Order: sequence, then C-alpha cells, then structure tokens
Amino acid sequence: MVLISVILLGLIGLIGALLLYIISKKFETTEDPRIGKVQEVLPGANCGGCGFPGCGGFANACVKADSLDGLFCPVGGAECMGKVAQILGKEIAATTPMIAVVRCNGSCSNRPHTNVYDGVKSCAIASSLYGGETGCSFGCLGYGDCEEACPFDAIHINPETMLPEVIEEKCTACGACVKACPKKIIELRAKGPKSRRIYVSCVNKDKGAVAKKACNVACIGCGKCQKACPFEAITIENNLAYIDYNKCRLCRKCVTECPTGAIHELNFPPRKEEKAVDVTVIEK
Amino acid sequence: MKLYTFKKGGIHPPENKITNNQPIKVAGLPNQVVLLLSQHIGAPAQPIVKKGDMVKAGTLIATANGMISAPVYSSVSGKVNRIDMQTDASGYKRQAIFIDVEGDEWEESIDRTPTLIRECDLSPEEILGKIEKAGIVGMGGAAFPTHIKLKPPKGFKAESLLINGAECEPYLTNDHRLMLEKGEELLSGAHILMKALGVKQSYIGIENNKRDAIEYLTKLTQNDSGIKVIPLKCKYPQGSEKHLIEAILHKRVKSGALPISVGAVVQNVSTVIAVYEAVQKNKPLFERVVTVTGKGLKEPANYLVRIGTPYQFLINLSGGTSEDTGKIISGGPMMGKAVADTSIPVTKGSSGILLLSEKEAKRNEVVECIRCAKCVEVCPMGLNPTQLMTLSEFNQWDKAEKEMITDCIECGSCSYTCPASRPLLDYIRLGKGTVLTNIRNRKS
Repeated sequence: MVLISVILLGLIGLIGALLLYIISKKFETTEDPRIGKVQEVLPGANCGGCGFPGCGGFANACVKADSLDGLFCPVGGAECMGKVAQILGKEIAATTPMIAVVRCNGSCSNRPHTNVYDGVKSCAIASSLYGGETGCSFGCLGYGDCEEACPFDAIHINPETMLPEVIEEKCTACGACVKACPKKIIELRAKGPKSRRIYVSCVNKDKGAVAKKACNVACIGCGKCQKACPFEAITIENNLAYIDYNKCRLCRKCVTECPTGAIHELNFPPRKEEKAVDVTVIEK
Repeated sequence: MKLYTFKKGGIHPPENKITNNQPIKVAGLPNQVVLLLSQHIGAPAQPIVKKGDMVKAGTLIATANGMISAPVYSSVSGKVNRIDMQTDASGYKRQAIFIDVEGDEWEESIDRTPTLIRECDLSPEEILGKIEKAGIVGMGGAAFPTHIKLKPPKGFKAESLLINGAECEPYLTNDHRLMLEKGEELLSGAHILMKALGVKQSYIGIENNKRDAIEYLTKLTQNDSGIKVIPLKCKYPQGSEKHLIEAILHKRVKSGALPISVGAVVQNVSTVIAVYEAVQKNKPLFERVVTVTGKGLKEPANYLVRIGTPYQFLINLSGGTSEDTGKIISGGPMMGKAVADTSIPVTKGSSGILLLSEKEAKRNEVVECIRCAKCVEVCPMGLNPTQLMTLSEFNQWDKAEKEMITDCIECGSCSYTCPASRPLLDYIRLGKGTVLTNIRNRKS
C-alpha cells in the first residue's frame, strides 16, 4: 500500500516537473542584461522626474532608444547620464543643470491679506474656489502642495513668509512641484554658473496699478528692465516681465532698474556700490 | 395632498426662509453698474460699445460669441465708463463693461405697461429667436443659455415642460415671491415655452413649504388642462434637474445623459417669467429678483435688481454688514459660493446674497472618517462620497473616473451630513474637475 502511494505521488511530481520545464523553455523571455546594469547606476528614487514610471521604466527606455537625446535623469544629473551612456555605448548631449525657482515674493508683509480662507488647506482646492486670501489672484497661496509633492524634501513653506523656499542642494529639478502648483508659479530654470540666477519673482498679469495695490513687490510691467537689458533677454507680455535664462548673461542691470524690486538675484557677491534693493537670498 | 419626491438620498436642512413674506421691492439704481461679459456658461459675449458711448436700459452692449453664448444688455441708462477687469463670484477677474448711471431711460421698443398679454401668435421659431436675442439664460444659478435647452438635439423630442419652483435651497425666496406676485405671467410664459417646444403638457413642481404658492397656482390653473401644479415633499436637492424629473415624471435620467433623453425640458420659474417678458413685452434680460438674507441683517428682503448692481449696494439697502458678519455667500447656503469681495456685481444667475454670522460660518474641526456611511445614504446620485474623496485626495483619477465621479452634482449633501466634518465635496469637486479635463484631453 505504501509503495503504491509513493510511486503514484512520485509520478505526479515527475509529470508536473516535466510540464513546468517545457513551459518555461517554450515561453522563455530574455531581458536585456543592460537594463539591470543601467538601473544600478540610476538613483533609485523612482520619482518619475524623467517622465517614465520609476527608474526601471527609464532604464528600459534608455536601452531601447536609438540615442539618449531627450532622455535625462534630473536626479542623477550629467554624471549619472554619463555612466548610462558608457554602459550603452551611446553619446549624450551636454545638458544644463536646472533648479526649481519660486516666482512669487508675496509674503505676508508684502501682500496684505484681504480675507480669510477656512477651507481645506490645499492649493489645488483653494484655487478652484477663488483667487486667494490676498488681492493678487496669481500669487502663491501658501498651503504647501509643492512641499507635499516634493520627493526630495527640497521645498518647504517658510512659516514666516508663507512662501515656499527651495533648498538648492536637495533640489533635483524633477519638476514634481511645478506640476503640483495650481498657480504655475514654480519654474525650472537653468541653475547658472556658481548657482547664480536672475529672475522675475512675480507672475501677476494685472495692470500695474492693480498689481501694485495688491502687492508691494509685484511686477508692474513698466518695461524699465527690458530697456536696461543689453542682451534682449527680457520680454513683457500681459503686464509681466519674463527673463529668458538662455539669453540672460547675469549682468544684473535689470535688478537695480526694477522700481518694485520684483527682479531677484541669487548667490551673487555683494555689489561694490551698494544700492538699496530688496533681495531675498535663500539661506543655505 | 399627495407629495411627490425622488427616491434615493437627499437631506432636509433648516429652511430659514425668513423673507418668504416680504413682497418684492424695487432696489433702485446704484451710481454705477458692472456688466460682466461672461454671465452664462459658454463663450463670453463680445462688447460692441466703447468708452463714452451713451446707452439706455435695454440697449445691446455685447453680442453672443459662438454657438453656446448669450448677448448682454445694458440694465441702466448712462455713459460707458470703461471696459475693464472685474472680480466675479468665481473669485477671479473677468472682463466687464462699467456704466455710469444717468437718469432712467428705457429703449422705446420695451412695453413697460403692466397689462398681461396672454395670446401669442408667433411661430415656435420666432419665439426661440426672441428668447435667444433677449439673452435669456437659466436663472436658477447654472446660467445655461435657454434657447439651446429649448432646441432638442437630433433624435430627441420634448414631451413635457417642467417648471422648477422647488427652491430647495434654504434661505432663498425669490422664486417663491415671483410665483405669488407674477403667477399670471408665469403661466403665460409656460404656454409660450410649450408652444416653442411643441409639447402639450407642463408641470410646475413646488415644494410643500410654499403652500400659498401651490394653492394660488392651482387655483389659476383650474381650467387649464395643459399646466399641472405638482406639490413636492421638502427635500434637498429637489431643484436639481435630474431629481425634479424623477420626482414629477418618475423617470430616471441615465448617467451622463441629458434630461431630453427622457423627453423633459426643465426651466426655472424666474427664467419662464423672463421668457414671458422677452416675448410679450420685448424686454431683454436686464433685471432679476435677488433675495438678500441672513439672520444678522436688519431688513432681509427680495429685491428687483438691475443686473450689474454691486452686492455692496444691496447689502447696504438691507441694513449693511455688521461686525459679526463672518461670511458672505453668493447664492444659497448649500450650493452658493463664499465671496471675498462685495464689489462683485449681480449677474443673470445670481439668486441670492446670504450673510452668515461668524458662528454660523465656522467650519467644524475635521476628524477621521468613522465609516458611518451617512454620506452614502444621503447622496442623491447613489455615489460613495467618502471613497471619491479619498481617491481625489491621493490623485487616483482613473479609479475616481470608474467610480463615476463625473456624476456628482455638487449638491453638498455629503459634506452637510458628515459627523466628522470631512471636506467631502471640496475634494470631490477637485477630482471631478481633473477627471473631466482628463476626458477632454483624451478625446482631443
């Protein structure tokens, strides 16, 4: 009796094993071994900043693509992409390192509150309801959707100004905050040599007088910066100046020209002849 | 008296109809009116006047722009001050025409006599043309251009006209007063609309808290087999198109379908009276009744207001804001919007201005969901609000779409009833908006 059971079970096991063997051979899939290698050099944050679902997706795309143009890991940066290129034997184009820039300086003192919002503390919800607690319906709401969206802990709302501040060392320009901001205030701009950057810290498209009434440091679209700029980097559209970071040569002429102090310079050494300019430099 | 209502869900908030015995008062003229170019769903109207132009009440100042749009008429006589940006009830700035008031001259074509004209010899096309030209939009709040609703799309045929006198929003009494004071005009307007639609039957649905209106209109329609007054049980959101249809016709409008799919066309009481005035009196839509109410107000009232009158003007007429005023709402307390600025003007869709005290306006502290399923019970669309909120909160748009988030009518019954004070509708509205954008993007 025992023998029959043993033989029967042994036979069933054997047939099962054979079946599994045949199926595994027939439906065998081979993964390109390079995908694993590429994935190893990627940061592994799975932030999606590259536009693919996680680092695995990006590695797969890198291996399959003919060239690495348009593929970039914002977290690992040029160094990481160099390694990827080495593994795959492909060329990479030089890319400018980018960083998130908050284009609003409407702190509580610069932009007085005109009403109180007692709804859900979410920028997306507040902006679907109305223009916000101040007279400026374009500016930062300060409920921290960007902070929540950042996978690198690189952007935080300053409790005093109620504005988000970017920690330069941590920001990888993955763009999560840009997508999360319903007011489209955050922009990815070129990091610049020695992290030096100049930008218009305002997105208000109201007419000058209306914008100024709502916020002390609003861009009023006066055009002084445009005239001062020797490189034609500044354009004015809808009462709002914009500095093209590809054309800007960081001469800083526009900064002193701006009557409301809406143009900010970051990480520059102090000027020789000091002029009173309202500049907020992010603490390192 | 048998009371009709819809089956699934619904709530009954305190009615607070403190102005239901206040006859409609003429509000008078402010110094300046602000006529927004976008007072309706669809493309903003195109201004045809410029700074310095003289206009009369009833002068066309902006034409309809595109398929879904409506023209705007001046509500006062005077001089165009400027065309500029003005904050509207949405809390964002939109284009508007500012007119300085001088005297009160009306266009000669408008019949200002109170005589009632019942007979209408116009053909359905002519009636529709007049409605379109007069800039009439749904005055219950949604402000959808009326002439489009009256033209059923190909393959559909209207069978009955439903007149919405439910006024299920607490506090508001403008439709109630109109039914009492302009009952004859309402019935005449109903016949005009029935002719335009080619239907034989119309129903006026009125909630049971307006007994006097039910009795008055029932008496008026005694010898009129075409119009039937239907008393409704007091239940919010009965004024919603789909729910009014279910209450009166016992037919369900399927998800995503229009009321015309069950042969119904729904029009608000104010809209029907505006149609009467446009067709019989040649009066374009530039006046409406607005309820200004709130327990803290000295004189809450129903005003006949020129469109474009600033909210502040009406609040001052009723005694002004007090120190205790915590929130000002455009519309009713359930679906209205809190406004951040009282300079915003009355539009074709403004039904009321509600002042709440700080205590009334205060939101309770949000605590965790206790899984009581009260929101599921009260949702008139048969949705699961707590699940939809969570899906929206965590950006699970695809799942929210599968759970029919787009069916939500934003009535707020879920938020109202939640014992944990969870901001259900806030998140669902966000999710609905995102899902609708996603669907649009997918199609294009």
